[in-house]
Amino acid sequence: MQHVKDVFKNNIRQYAMFIALIVITIFFQILTKGTLLLPMNVTNLVLQNSYVLILAIGMTLCILTGGNIDLSVGSVCAFIGAIAGTLIINMKMDVGLAIVICLLIGIAIGVWQGFWIAYLRIPAFIVTLGGMLLFRGLTITMLKGLTLSPFPEEFQQISAGFIPDVFKGFGTNLNITALVVGGIISIIYMIFQIKKRAEQKRYGFEVVVLPLFIAKIVLVLVGINLFAYWLAAYKGLPIILVLIGILVYVYSFFTIKTVPGRYIYAMGGNEKAAKLSGVNTNRVLFFTYVNMAFLAAVAGIVFTSRLNAASPQAGMNFELDAIAACFIGGASAYGGIGTVTGSIIGALVMGVLNNGMSIMGIGTDMQMVIKGLVLLLAVAFDVLSKNRARA
Amino acid sequence: MSVRLVNMMHSFLSFIGHINKKWYIGVDKAVEYILEMRNITKVFPGVKALDNVNLKVRKGEIHALVGENGAGKSTLMNVLSGVYPHGTYTGTILFEGKECSFKGIKDSEKAGIAIIHQELALIPSLSIGENIFLGNERAKKGIIDWNQTHVQAIRLMQKVGLKENPATLVKDIGVGKQQLVEIAKALAKNVKLLILDEPTAALNEEDAENLLNLLLELKKEGITSILISHKLHEVLKVADSITILRDGRVVETLDKHRDDISEDRIIKAMVGRELTNRFPKRTPKIGEVIFEVKNWTVYHPLIEGRKVIKDVSIKVRRGEIVGIYGLMGSGRTEFAMSVFGKSYGKNIRGKIIKNGKELTINNVRHAIENGLAYVTEDRKSAGLILIDDVKRNISLANLGHISKKMIIDENKEIYVAEEYRQKLNIKCSSVLQKTGNLSGGNQQKVLLSKWIFAKPDILILDEPTRGIDVGAKYEIYKIINSLADEGKAVIFISSELPEILGMCDRVYVMNEGRIVGELSREEASQESIMRCIMQSIKEVV
Repeated sequence: MQHVKDVFKNNIRQYAMFIALIVITIFFQILTKGTLLLPMNVTNLVLQNSYVLILAIGMTLCILTGGNIDLSVGSVCAFIGAIAGTLIINMKMDVGLAIVICLLIGIAIGVWQGFWIAYLRIPAFIVTLGGMLLFRGLTITMLKGLTLSPFPEEFQQISAGFIPDVFKGFGTNLNITALVVGGIISIIYMIFQIKKRAEQKRYGFEVVVLPLFIAKIVLVLVGINLFAYWLAAYKGLPIILVLIGILVYVYSFFTIKTVPGRYIYAMGGNEKAAKLSGVNTNRVLFFTYVNMAFLAAVAGIVFTSRLNAASPQAGMNFELDAIAACFIGGASAYGGIGTVTGSIIGALVMGVLNNGMSIMGIGTDMQMVIKGLVLLLAVAFDVLSKNRARA
Repeated sequence: MSVRLVNMMHSFLSFIGHINKKWYIGVDKAVEYILEMRNITKVFPGVKALDNVNLKVRKGEIHALVGENGAGKSTLMNVLSGVYPHGTYTGTILFEGKECSFKGIKDSEKAGIAIIHQELALIPSLSIGENIFLGNERAKKGIIDWNQTHVQAIRLMQKVGLKENPATLVKDIGVGKQQLVEIAKALAKNVKLLILDEPTAALNEEDAENLLNLLLELKKEGITSILISHKLHEVLKVADSITILRDGRVVETLDKHRDDISEDRIIKAMVGRELTNRFPKRTPKIGEVIFEVKNWTVYHPLIEGRKVIKDVSIKVRRGEIVGIYGLMGSGRTEFAMSVFGKSYGKNIRGKIIKNGKELTINNVRHAIENGLAYVTEDRKSAGLILIDDVKRNISLANLGHISKKMIIDENKEIYVAEEYRQKLNIKCSSVLQKTGNLSGGNQQKVLLSKWIFAKPDILILDEPTRGIDVGAKYEIYKIINSLADEGKAVIFISSELPEILGMCDRVYVMNEGRIVGELSREEASQESIMRCIMQSIKEVV
């Protein structure tokens, strides 16, 4: 049982934040008299926060390498938006090709910043602060200070589109595809869990008692299917949700399960020790920033599509939302601690707060105040609970 | 006032002392204690760290506190200095005859108690003078009087024998001198009782010697010291009395003038059993030469043109434990790290030959792939990831072994870690426990596990027993022996002579970046090794 206890102890922050997310959701559900969890609003919530979720994934990796942050992502989003606008609206380029070019430019930006950060070891804070000004300036130059709009229907579909219902609802108002996808994910999840348990038994490890194991699976399955039902009751699966789902899964897997992922944690935990263990820390840092800029490009495309315009002012303060999400989600400001799912939970906490308060008609001024306090309290809780554990 | 009171009592007592001499002696002894800690008990959740501890320190003596790691030495000193405030423990503390209830370090400092921790509390980017008066600035109404700071700093530096400009930054002086700055800082606060926690752990022998002499010097001026140390020869050299702790209790207090004190006796009391031999026995089975470094020359990474390693050649045989003895600054760590994937220095020249074939090793990955392992002397800052759990630390240098196509098999990882936990007897709640929460000895075992798991043929161990207690040392020695018995070549770097003499089949002596002697087990002795170093110094001059 000691194993299980240690696992819980190591992840207590994440569980706490997850519980906090549920509590906040219930709280606003009551205060908004049920509006928050209306199927339409749940879909909206996902769409509204899509860019923060994408950026938070990349930011988690940056923070993991040693508390490094990337201040340039908001400007990069705007810059990529400006390029997309120029290519698609002004030059009438094919949408698919334009997106590929945008992503490649994102990678190029990452190579540029990663070079300074990883190989010349200029503090990431400085390099990306420079990048923040640089890319904002380039955005304004490129757009000549004006907003480009509108984008063709195809491009708008990225953020506004839904996976079409192949079953045509079977005469109900529900989107059956969403339900089927929920079902498939449930089955895959169940198989994975059972396989994992069998594997652990094979190694002779202690496993969670069977009733607890079943209870956990049932809880998760209910969660997945309830969510699928909610989406089905509105317009079905948003394309953007599928994209985010894939990104979260891939990056969680990468950080938790792969060797390069482990190197990121090792570097943030103790760079000297990682180096002496054969980790090429320069390369790790470089690729983390290339990846961040790539994801910033993805977020830039998504946001531009949602706005249906390339604006010189787009992406303001996105970097701060993403950084806050990571810290609320349990990342350590010194690196080496944090998870992708944690940051996603952090971003959702912020998202629900935003959305709930907006529905209640609370002004953006007070929203900022409350979000600021939440960030402070979440990290304070973390620090204090760790102190208590040590004493 | 209390001094006058004591004096009055003295004259009064000497008067009635004629009447009852015996009684007088008893009382006189009672007043000469500067510190009495009575029945101190400190409980942490689940552990009794201190159990009814009594400690009496006489005025003007050097009192040593020894015990294995986790015996409660640091806890006791934290109780005394107010790190654990009054009320979080039970028992009484009498300092200069007055009962104390310190609420924090500030209180104990005000009373005249200064504690110098293992990790120095200096600010590297400030000058020596600024550090000496940190928190105790020579200032009038909040404005610093730099002339006073300067003059008084020089006076204090003279007292501790530190010849430097007080404007020099602390980061630019060596660890030995930094230690002296710490002591000067304590003296600036008019310290009456100085507590030193492992002050010589990071010092070379010369600096350690100086520090111990300084303690004796301060004793003459009436400053009482409590010395916590693992190095028993130091304790024997300077201490007037020795209190031995084990498992949170006092085993005994020995008096230099009354008791017959020897290292063996202290060790026996510390570990609670007789350690007939501090080094486990082994019959070496030495094979052919497996690893050679030839004409190795390394330049300093920052200072242009300075040679750190000069034309060093060594060889190691299969199943052999080869010692490299050298003081700090002799270049032993720099040599080892430059061999291990060029982790130190630049313009590295020389040959590395393994099994007769020359290797080109340009980075740590190459070194590991070619069967080299380097266990650093600095396990906390360069060896372990303290915020990570035991299993992740053990697997880090050989993730390839527990992964397929870059995907880590976490179950296998736990399995492997569990295997090493049992094999090396690592004491932890599970392999998922944070490494930072383990004791020094167990951390060292985790570090060793990591490098044994990397499956090397040649292990370079740099000070593998630094800062760990006698019992854990013995276990580490056993591990090292078993590695040699498996046919691995072990290079054992140490600045502790007894360890080198007790463990190694052959010894290289290093000084000033050169190999100045090579001695077989039979030839090696304290005298012969020191002679090598002395001779080399003469040659250079």
